[in-house]
Amino acid sequence: MANNRLTRLFQEKKGNLLNVYFTAGFPKLEDTVTILEELEASGADLVEIGMPFSDPLADGPTIQASNQVALENGMSVKKLFQQLAGVREKVTVPIILMGYLNPVLQYGFERFCEEAARVGVDGLILPDLPFAEYEEEYKPVLEKYGLSLIFLITPQTAENRIRQIDALTDSFIYMVSSASTTGGAVQTGDAQQAYFSKVRGMGLKNPLLIGFGIGDKPSFELACQSANGAIIGSAFIKALQQPGELRENVRGFLQSIK
Amino acid sequence: MEYGVNERGYYGQFGGAFIPEMLYPNVEELREKYLTIIQEEGFQEEMQDLLRDYVGRPTPLYLAKRLSEKYNTKIYLKREDLNHTGAHKINNTVGQILLAKRLGKTRIIAETGAGQHGVATATVCALAGLECIVYMGKIDTERQRPNVEKMRLLGATVVPVTSGSQTLKDATNEAIRDWINHPEDTHYIIGSVVGPHPYPDMVARFQSVISEEIRKQLMEKEGRELPDYVVACVGGGSNAAGAFYHFLDEPSVQLVAVEAAGLGVNSGHSAATSILGKTGIIHGSKTLLMQTEDGQITEPYSISAGLDYPGVGPQHAHLAQTGRARFIAITDAEAMEALKELSRLEGIIPAIETSHALAALKELNAGPDKVVVINLSGRGDKDLNTILTYFEQQDGQQ
Repeated sequence: MANNRLTRLFQEKKGNLLNVYFTAGFPKLEDTVTILEELEASGADLVEIGMPFSDPLADGPTIQASNQVALENGMSVKKLFQQLAGVREKVTVPIILMGYLNPVLQYGFERFCEEAARVGVDGLILPDLPFAEYEEEYKPVLEKYGLSLIFLITPQTAENRIRQIDALTDSFIYMVSSASTTGGAVQTGDAQQAYFSKVRGMGLKNPLLIGFGIGDKPSFELACQSANGAIIGSAFIKALQQPGELRENVRGFLQSIK
Repeated sequence: MEYGVNERGYYGQFGGAFIPEMLYPNVEELREKYLTIIQEEGFQEEMQDLLRDYVGRPTPLYLAKRLSEKYNTKIYLKREDLNHTGAHKINNTVGQILLAKRLGKTRIIAETGAGQHGVATATVCALAGLECIVYMGKIDTERQRPNVEKMRLLGATVVPVTSGSQTLKDATNEAIRDWINHPEDTHYIIGSVVGPHPYPDMVARFQSVISEEIRKQLMEKEGRELPDYVVACVGGGSNAAGAFYHFLDEPSVQLVAVEAAGLGVNSGHSAATSILGKTGIIHGSKTLLMQTEDGQITEPYSISAGLDYPGVGPQHAHLAQTGRARFIAITDAEAMEALKELSRLEGIIPAIETSHALAALKELNAGPDKVVVINLSGRGDKDLNTILTYFEQQDGQQ
């Protein structure tokens, strides 16, 4: 079991958690740590750093475009670990790395976990890593380095599978708000509410964060009524592209949410 | 079957279903039901009727005399080019559309490179009365314009994809995104033996009609079911998977898979995945994949829109790694020469994809008493513009 900043955060804070996603190396290659610092200073409870990939299947156009820019800027797994070296002297906020499996495998899974733990990463989201492979091959490695693996569920995920996921993870469950890629509008219909209350009523051991389609104060607050908090990605990426100073853009965006 | 899929969707170390949770229910539904449905008597009857009366099967196994003379061996061409819509692709779309209907799906999506799979999908959607959306890289919509027009005429919506390299890989990404956004009413008809399990196995089964017929037809013509060689081109690898299927466990049959070397394997403009690729994950499956050191998927290149895919079906990766199939890489120039040769010797204009398989003949050195079957996967009508432009430039340079 992981015992890290992430697991401690959820023991200490039960509601209104704000998790912000951004793509490493975007808008500029060296912006990663600046954004991270400013997110902590502006009140993000946890931070998800995206490792750019050429073919991000589950992402919508905004995040995909940011991935492409980051890659053109020269971002890579290796570069990201260089940027994050020493980051724990600057920030205490829990850090999650999110990315597709292929670049992680090419870096070497164990080497990746070792580096992640060394720079102070707390958890990973690898959306295309299947259960069976995780349990057989990867779980022991993650545990060795004290990293949590965060799984996604969607409105189509069956109840028994949600229970399996709940048993497998020890930080939080990423509750995808609706059947969609990232960056769509949050659904507020009866079906969504039924899904949220069904999952909430299951008595899971892990906290729930709602993501996909959360982009402003009303959608954040709505999500927080149904879960322990929410994840914002595309809307924040858009805010980073606004004219103006980077730190001010980060601060301004977070002020508009919290 | 030593080279077949296991219950977890693996061929040796390749395959599996590396998909985000958003796709899990769709893929799981397929995985649970595909074998049962396609083995039902009613399904088989309906499919066989359509393959016979609509597609035009069995396709002939043609003894190409002049080509045989030239290469001093006995060459048979499996005439998939004579299928309705002009390629082997329709074998799979007929099967998948019947499956989609039994799954209660009302909306069909597909990706296409050369457009042959897109046309085949649009065709069966018209036949079944289902909505059809085809994703196609913008560059491919330009170089395969006749196929775009055909799809539209058949009632399909063609969506030009402008992300990434604007070719097949990006069209596939967009189709997958569409599927994520429509998890309940939509079936995704993948056109090759790629994607998460069960797609590679399902598509190979639908294409296996090719090797099944080859065995029967060779028996009639040669008094033996087994050829010495089976040769097929490989992008994702569906025509090769179909041509190899019933020969996989026949070690006397040499399987030859022909990849597109583009401007040359080491030119930086190539699609020869078995040589240039490393184990990785693309479109939900672990396979050989052309990628950078950092694991970013690289842009392949081939003159044929149907072969410039950076991965290869997981079964082919397994065949390459175990040595069960011999992989040969053929350049654009060699393929175009083979295209001209078949046109002049046999009166058959093959697709540029297929021409890669034909060009491998000069490397086989099979010998006069050998029987070589080449899977003539498609016809060249769709490629006329590319062919004419290519030879005009050649003439200009001479």
